[in-house]
Amino acid sequence: MRYAMVIDTLKCVGCSDCVVACQTENNVPHGYCRDWVTEAVSGSYPNLELELRSERCNHCANPPCVRCCPTGASHVIEGGIVLVTADQCIGCGACIESCPYDARYQHPDGYVDKCTFCHHRLEKGQLPACVSVCPTKCMYFGDLDDPNSEISQLLKNRKYKTLSPEAGTDPHVFYLI
Amino acid sequence: VNLLASNPLLDAAAKKNLAKKLSRTATYCEVCFWKCAAWAYTDEEGDIKKVIGNDDDPHCNGRLCPRGTGGLGMYSDEDRLKTPLIRTTINGEETYREASWEEALDLIAEKFTEIKQKYGPESFALLKHGSPGSHLEHLFKAYGSDTIAEPAYAQCRGPRETGFGLTFGSWVGSPEPTDIRDTKCLVLIGSHIGENMHNTQVQEMSDAIDNGATIITVDPRFSTAASKSSHWLPIKPATDIALLLSWMHVLIEEELYNKKYVEKYAIGFDELKAHVKPFTPEWAYGITTIKPESIRETARLMAAAAPATIIHPGRHVTWYGDDSQRERAIAILNGLLGSWGNRGGFYFKEKISIPKYPHPAYPEPKWGWHEIGEQYPFAEMGNTSEVVKATIPNEDNPYPIKAWMIAGTNLINTLPQREQTLEAINALEFLVVVDTMPMEITGYADVVLPECTYLERYDGIRSATNRHPSIAVRIPAVKPKYNSKPAWWISKQIGDRIGLGDYFNYNDFEEVIEWQLNKMGTSLDEMKKIGVKNFERTSGPLFLEEGQDYEFGTPSGKIEFYSQQLADLGFDPMPVYTHHPQPPQGFYRLNYGRSPMHTFSRTINNPYLSDLKSENTLWVNPKVARILDLKKDQPVWLKNQDGILSAFPIKVRVTERIRWDSVYMYHGFGHNNKKLTRAFGKGASDAELISKIVVDPLMGGTGLRGNFVSILTEDPHKNTKV
Repeated sequence: MRYAMVIDTLKCVGCSDCVVACQTENNVPHGYCRDWVTEAVSGSYPNLELELRSERCNHCANPPCVRCCPTGASHVIEGGIVLVTADQCIGCGACIESCPYDARYQHPDGYVDKCTFCHHRLEKGQLPACVSVCPTKCMYFGDLDDPNSEISQLLKNRKYKTLSPEAGTDPHVFYLI
Repeated sequence: VNLLASNPLLDAAAKKNLAKKLSRTATYCEVCFWKCAAWAYTDEEGDIKKVIGNDDDPHCNGRLCPRGTGGLGMYSDEDRLKTPLIRTTINGEETYREASWEEALDLIAEKFTEIKQKYGPESFALLKHGSPGSHLEHLFKAYGSDTIAEPAYAQCRGPRETGFGLTFGSWVGSPEPTDIRDTKCLVLIGSHIGENMHNTQVQEMSDAIDNGATIITVDPRFSTAASKSSHWLPIKPATDIALLLSWMHVLIEEELYNKKYVEKYAIGFDELKAHVKPFTPEWAYGITTIKPESIRETARLMAAAAPATIIHPGRHVTWYGDDSQRERAIAILNGLLGSWGNRGGFYFKEKISIPKYPHPAYPEPKWGWHEIGEQYPFAEMGNTSEVVKATIPNEDNPYPIKAWMIAGTNLINTLPQREQTLEAINALEFLVVVDTMPMEITGYADVVLPECTYLERYDGIRSATNRHPSIAVRIPAVKPKYNSKPAWWISKQIGDRIGLGDYFNYNDFEEVIEWQLNKMGTSLDEMKKIGVKNFERTSGPLFLEEGQDYEFGTPSGKIEFYSQQLADLGFDPMPVYTHHPQPPQGFYRLNYGRSPMHTFSRTINNPYLSDLKSENTLWVNPKVARILDLKKDQPVWLKNQDGILSAFPIKVRVTERIRWDSVYMYHGFGHNNKKLTRAFGKGASDAELISKIVVDPLMGGTGLRGNFVSILTEDPHKNTKV
């Protein structure tokens, strides 16, 4: 079992529904977010390209945040999901510094918080809140170890990229391009 | 024992969430006009935790847009109107005092009676938007006033209903009956699906992308939709009709149009052929700046996909004053391609009618919206701007308006020509505003009534046009917060006080819905469980059958390329390109549009949506930024062609996505009501800079896109600040 997310940038309209859905599902306080939308424009008028993509923790297979955590609060669970145990987190912020994706933030309650792939929903057989709400259905979630899963098939048949591959983190959020 | 909640691996927030048992209540969204059916989830303490789309709803297919997902922010916003307010003067200063519902309603009832006695009920106007409007409309009609209008018509989609109505004999309506999910070619003209989050449209455009449909976008701005398109035509603003005419020219001259369809269903083809003969792509190039080969190529693509081609009617189409004619051109193109009534084009929509809850007949008003707008022969709804004009005192005005009730629309940020709106408001004898939030308009009211949000009230059954009929119900998920009340209750309370109790023959609106649902073969109990009920079509197939005879709703029963109705009244029977002014040196065309996270000006203060976008920016081309020496995020002020200044600064966004002759901003920002703690002073208001309009002579739409602004880097208000 290896959870991963695949996001089709050709369909994403950047509406940020994923961001609100995450906030309401996970009680993310106002002013903070676990996921966000990035817009990248290239070219000059009228020869332009625009990429919109929903970003979050990449649940890396080689996560620097876990390596640098002094208390073990940042850890990896089955399926490759990177989590923070709030009770063990001392809020030192080393993980925030180490993350090449800026995916973590300091919760007002003192601990570091981030995307969990909504694993509390996965345990109930539900998709992450962001995936389940997306009006363009541009987000896919599943098991990368299963060659027949929707995400495995998409990655087999479509062009894709990951973010900051040079950081060597082996990210598990993939972008179809 | 909840095993999940005791799982040590869970994060704290998830644990807290899971420990609570959520229950769900059926509703439909009121953040925009799409009215997606949803479930409001509440915890044991009665707090609304989330709002999730109803899987069975054809408006959303279980997926709300960000505004719908953030709809609970309308409920939780601490800046909400909390109790009735009455205007008063304290120490020579006008302000508001809190009042009881009894006092506020008694005062309003007194004014209803007074206006009726002094001027007749027609002089009391209702200006409205959305669900509260229909309850109050019932009150006004019972009272004897049909002086009812909504900005959604003359400031938004009216022209397309006229243009399509004249051509196909049918309104486009809402949701649009566009078969986008099965289309092979989608053409968007200034329609920015994806930035407008009209849910089904956005979802189906995504399906169309998956299906490999050709998308052609005509827009001076590199919109999100343009970025998803195989062909983006970066048109010079205000020249769309020239492009549309030359597309017709190519389709006809190259004999690419759908001959069988046109012969069977349309009239006026020969006149159209002769009319568009001179409008070559080379002719259009000089006007639109779109290269002739691009015009030909895109016309051929549309024809190759036809009839599964949609030239989308758009939604907010009040641009340059010849908007009904531009929509006629769009309709005619669809007619040439045979897309109306064909798969991948436009389907025959169907809705189910809701049984009328019995009440006495409405009295016949002496005049109303129709008379006020009678100089526009094809107007089919009330025109808010004409109501405003009829309110400004004038001895020659046969339709004097003396009082307004405004519900669910922030007229100050909705209407152009703010000076005129304020002049009318100043002349009013009485103004009552019903809203959930303090808005600009609430600051002008004599009485403010706090309406509870859609999550706290019953409303009418939602029945809308779609591929098949469906209904949805809105059940209160929680009790009204603060001292707010539903619009049905407000209407009934006023009605009871002015002797119209017979029109409100129920204690709770729940009884009305229950009665209606029972008549429709379902029940309130059933609807509470399912939220949405889908029905089989009864009006026939979605699309025309091969060779089927079909009578269109036009006078001729055919698709009218040539409109005798227009010719008879002295209008162009076929669309004509008219040159519109272009910005003079030092000025830029003010373009505006929607942000996907916001609806009008009503959501800017919503805590969830403000988090996503708290202010707008001024899109400026890098060439312009270089000339004016503008830097990213630099605050600037705008001054329009009439010398009107933006109240607040707006930050510069230097982007290649906008032409050098235009600037662009999201609509709805620049609130100046300090009671909106998150929205006050954030960004600029496009509406305040739209002082010049060109009126559509067919239906009275107010063309809003002919305003030009210059960019000021120094605060023009700095010497006037107290």
